[in-house]
Amino acid sequence: MGLFSKFGDVRAALDSLAVDGRNPFDVCFDTIISATEAVLEGRPCLLFGTNNYLGLTFDATCIAAAVKSVHESGTGTTGSRIANGTYCDHALLEQRIAEFYGKRAAMIFTTGYQANLGLISTIAGREDQLLIDADSHASIYDACKLSTAEVIRFRHNDPEDLARRLHRLKDRPGNRIIVTEGIFSMLGDSAPLKEIAVVKRELGATLVVDEAHSLGTRGKKGRGVCEEAGVANDVDFVVGTFSKSLGAIGGFAVSDLPDFDLLRILCRPYMFTASLPPAVVGSVMAALARISTDESLGARVRSNSAKLYRALTLAGFELGPEPNAIVAIKMPDTGTAVRFWNQLIQRGVYANLALPPATPGSLSLIRCSVSAAHTEAQIDKALSVIVSVGRELRVLGPDPEQGLVRRTGSLPL
Amino acid sequence: MIGNANNIEAEVLELLAHKVPANINVTPETPIVAGLGLDSVAILDFIMDLEDRFDISIPLDRVAEVQTVGELSQAIEALKSAAG
Repeated sequence: MGLFSKFGDVRAALDSLAVDGRNPFDVCFDTIISATEAVLEGRPCLLFGTNNYLGLTFDATCIAAAVKSVHESGTGTTGSRIANGTYCDHALLEQRIAEFYGKRAAMIFTTGYQANLGLISTIAGREDQLLIDADSHASIYDACKLSTAEVIRFRHNDPEDLARRLHRLKDRPGNRIIVTEGIFSMLGDSAPLKEIAVVKRELGATLVVDEAHSLGTRGKKGRGVCEEAGVANDVDFVVGTFSKSLGAIGGFAVSDLPDFDLLRILCRPYMFTASLPPAVVGSVMAALARISTDESLGARVRSNSAKLYRALTLAGFELGPEPNAIVAIKMPDTGTAVRFWNQLIQRGVYANLALPPATPGSLSLIRCSVSAAHTEAQIDKALSVIVSVGRELRVLGPDPEQGLVRRTGSLPL
Repeated sequence: MIGNANNIEAEVLELLAHKVPANINVTPETPIVAGLGLDSVAILDFIMDLEDRFDISIPLDRVAEVQTVGELSQAIEALKSAAG
């Protein structure tokens, strides 16, 4: 039996997805033109599937800061944070992140994935219990695998179910650690953090919230759903990423807990990897300054998201439960989702194809993401393409207005 | 006790029959990952239904240990006994 023979069903599934010779997991852009435009297979396309929520990847001040840092400090640190990989700017960025959240301290990680992996796996010890939202990101599930704690899923966004599970643990030793997300990455729905904070306070637990998709997109100051729900003081750890609203790569965790700094010498995904390169630290610092001083960025991504969500709803699509920068369109089945996604690319719109088991409830989704940098015209163009593909593939019913045109066209003038 | 375990297994089989594709006949020997025609998330969601039904929490490491539907039923029985 060959080494890879155990993946035979994966190979078959992958082959079945390659329609028109295009593998959804192997998209390669020819050129990235801006935060919202690229060239793909020789065709210009609008980017509606990028996580570039504030459009800062081409921000002039962020690029200038990255260039300055690379000239001053070189292309990479070549070492771990606990050896030679901490420069003044790493420490300064941690200070700025902590200040942004109004917390005592921050730790930065090389990716957002590692931030969840490292924080959760380290704080949850053998006697402890992790209670995670069932729809948690893979980085949270992987953190659970790396941890020695007992892991229990609670029903997605269901504080009562969480309370029930905490009650079942009432006579057990150890710490309970609740993990949830500000906005969930597949359907773009947000967690009921106010209610979860009440459960946490009443039943006694530590609360970790991953604001990867909500940093910069939710809350007046851009601090996320915790800020909006007024629960910042109930949240023991906020985790987040620099790879979405801040337009680079990297992750962080912030906390008020006094021994938080011990994690620097306990947390293996922090210790045993090279630190962020100077250019990234430079651009993230500039991006953080931008969102701290310009509340219009967050307001713009919210109004653009609301526009796309409203128009797609009116057109008759079934979407995720609330308008956020992630707008997920539910497809009737995987085959239609793949055809839909291919048609969008053919017509110059790139969105994400999200399929089970990466999605909740075995849903097949066209996952659009909205940016503050999208213009009205770009959103209108994407809408018109999405609606026409929806009609052709019968995800939507026939166009009532076209019917009207046909009928009136037949009237004698 | 044995009667109780049999009841749990019968109930798990009954609940599963409504979840799996029609062409799959589930027995206590059916392997969970390869034999139910369900993806990994659907399996975890089914286990959540079992947790509600039996008023227990089944930790993910226990889920990882069980191979067959029969073993899953035994794990539920053990967790129920431990919970009193």
